[in-house]
Amino acid sequence: MRRTLPIAVVAGVGFFMLIQYFIPLEEFETLYEWALDWTMVIGCFAMLLGLYSLTNMMVTKVRRKAEGWGYSLVALVGLFVMVFVGLIPHYQDSLKYGTLFMDIFEYIYIPIQAAMFSLLAFYVASAAYRAFRARTVLATILLVSAIIIMFRLIPLGPLSAINQWMVNFILTVPNMAAKRAFWMGVGLGATATALKIMLGIERGYMGRD
Amino acid sequence: MKSKRVFCGKVLLILFLVIPLLFLGVCVSSAQEEGEVAPEADSLAQPPTSPTEVKAFDTPNDNGHSITVSWTLSVDDGAGRNNVVSYEVLRSDSLDGEFEVRGLAPAGENTFEDKGAKEKKDANYFPPHKDFYYKVRARGDGLFSDSEVSLPAHAYGQWYHTGKTPVVVAVIAFSTFALVFITLARKGKKLYVRPLAGIEAVDDAIGRATEMGKPILYILGLGSADMIATIASFTILSRVAKKVAEYQTPILIPCCDPIVMAVAQETVRAAYLEAGRPDQYKEENIYYLTSMQFAYVAGVNGIMLREKPATNFYLGKFYAESLLLAETGSLAGSIQISGTDEIAQIPFFVAATDYTLIGEELYAASAYLGKEPTLLGTLKGQDWGKAVVMIALILGALAATFNFQFFLNLFSIQL
Repeated sequence: MRRTLPIAVVAGVGFFMLIQYFIPLEEFETLYEWALDWTMVIGCFAMLLGLYSLTNMMVTKVRRKAEGWGYSLVALVGLFVMVFVGLIPHYQDSLKYGTLFMDIFEYIYIPIQAAMFSLLAFYVASAAYRAFRARTVLATILLVSAIIIMFRLIPLGPLSAINQWMVNFILTVPNMAAKRAFWMGVGLGATATALKIMLGIERGYMGRD
Repeated sequence: MKSKRVFCGKVLLILFLVIPLLFLGVCVSSAQEEGEVAPEADSLAQPPTSPTEVKAFDTPNDNGHSITVSWTLSVDDGAGRNNVVSYEVLRSDSLDGEFEVRGLAPAGENTFEDKGAKEKKDANYFPPHKDFYYKVRARGDGLFSDSEVSLPAHAYGQWYHTGKTPVVVAVIAFSTFALVFITLARKGKKLYVRPLAGIEAVDDAIGRATEMGKPILYILGLGSADMIATIASFTILSRVAKKVAEYQTPILIPCCDPIVMAVAQETVRAAYLEAGRPDQYKEENIYYLTSMQFAYVAGVNGIMLREKPATNFYLGKFYAESLLLAETGSLAGSIQISGTDEIAQIPFFVAATDYTLIGEELYAASAYLGKEPTLLGTLKGQDWGKAVVMIALILGALAATFNFQFFLNLFSIQL
């Protein structure tokens, strides 16, 4: 029963989600929207679970003085400061974004996030260096294609027109063909996975019996 | 002398009046002869001729809050006096009631969808199953003329969206393939599936971690628990966790979604139980970090550099963080297996990790790892589905080349 009931629920909800796509009736639309609302509600409550998990892990690390416990302390302080300032209700004209919560978010979190994202440029360079080493025929094709694509933004005089033609060809013919094959495979794979779940063949995500 | 001067003056006056009139007459007649559209002097002062054959009917394939109105264009729309600027569609709930304007269609258009809200409290609520009468007003320069009133029509929702029939056919055909092969597999038929390097490497990667005495890091991506990629990742996690439990190697799973974390905990717990090692399961190793993308990256990169895991799995939904994670893992010296259905991240994973499961291979991985006949049956069904798609692609290309519209229409989908 502990296994059958969840599978029945999954199959029922999965089948409903499948058929509602083909039935434009208002009642089905409403049920679909209702299901989406439930997902959001469950997500909000699950956030409490996440909060507990994070706090528990960080407190344990700090208490045990585990390696890097100072970072855990900073994370804990940040977490509670944000919760506290988020509860301050009123709008303050002296602040740029009206609330201390938004000011901290905009002036501390966003720049840190931007710095993190900026690292991507260096990682792209190091990954490209490894990927573009012409050790095999395929890697050489990749290297040549990449050079052609990169040169499209560089003025090459009379060669620009030829390069532009090659760029268009690479992007609209072999690249697009590969992308479409990928999407078709993903579409069929997603349908197969959904079918496996609805039929109860795939149950790994359900946990124990 | 004086009379001669008067005579000359009269002749000049006549010539002065007659010549311009003659000139004007010649111009007008030549313009008419050349067939040009010469607006009549008073055309802008007259209303355009009204549109005819106004029909109202329920909009097909909708939820029952819309009526479509069609009409035959005014004879003055693009021809005749050529003075139609737009059409106004008016609606009333009784034949002799007051008509209200529901919308505008530009000159040249002959249909209009009168669509309203489905919530009763909305000011623009469109009641279903209620008769409405329509008329169409041709508008010119400040003047207008109304059509006859249409027959009554009411909106109602449909039980089936006819524009999605090709999708229904595809789903049924594909499900049939899958079910046939599942049945064959259950009956004991041996099914061959081509080996995937990324899957073959999973056992070695876990073994390596065991030999080195270091943990395994499993990243489920940034997707929520309802995404197919994340669900596929859960099923792979289940197999990986079972092997990890058998080898008694620690597994770390930092999550960026609390629901994903809860499901991952339950999945790993079940795998340890199945492996006969429930005592080895540590819930604290599967934890929530943050839902913010780059904060999550910072957290996971910190774990990689501190814990130095022997093996990293990146399986699920990934976005811009894919390369940041994979490059850090590479620098930390871990063996890395990745897989995602996000096409933009595939090149990053190919470049920075040792093995990559591309798109559908991620979904198929659990079947490869489990080797259960029913799961392999769905893989075989998937392959047959791909064969059908390939045949349809070739036929479609030929049909488009030779303009076999009927065949092309079979694949037309309206959303």
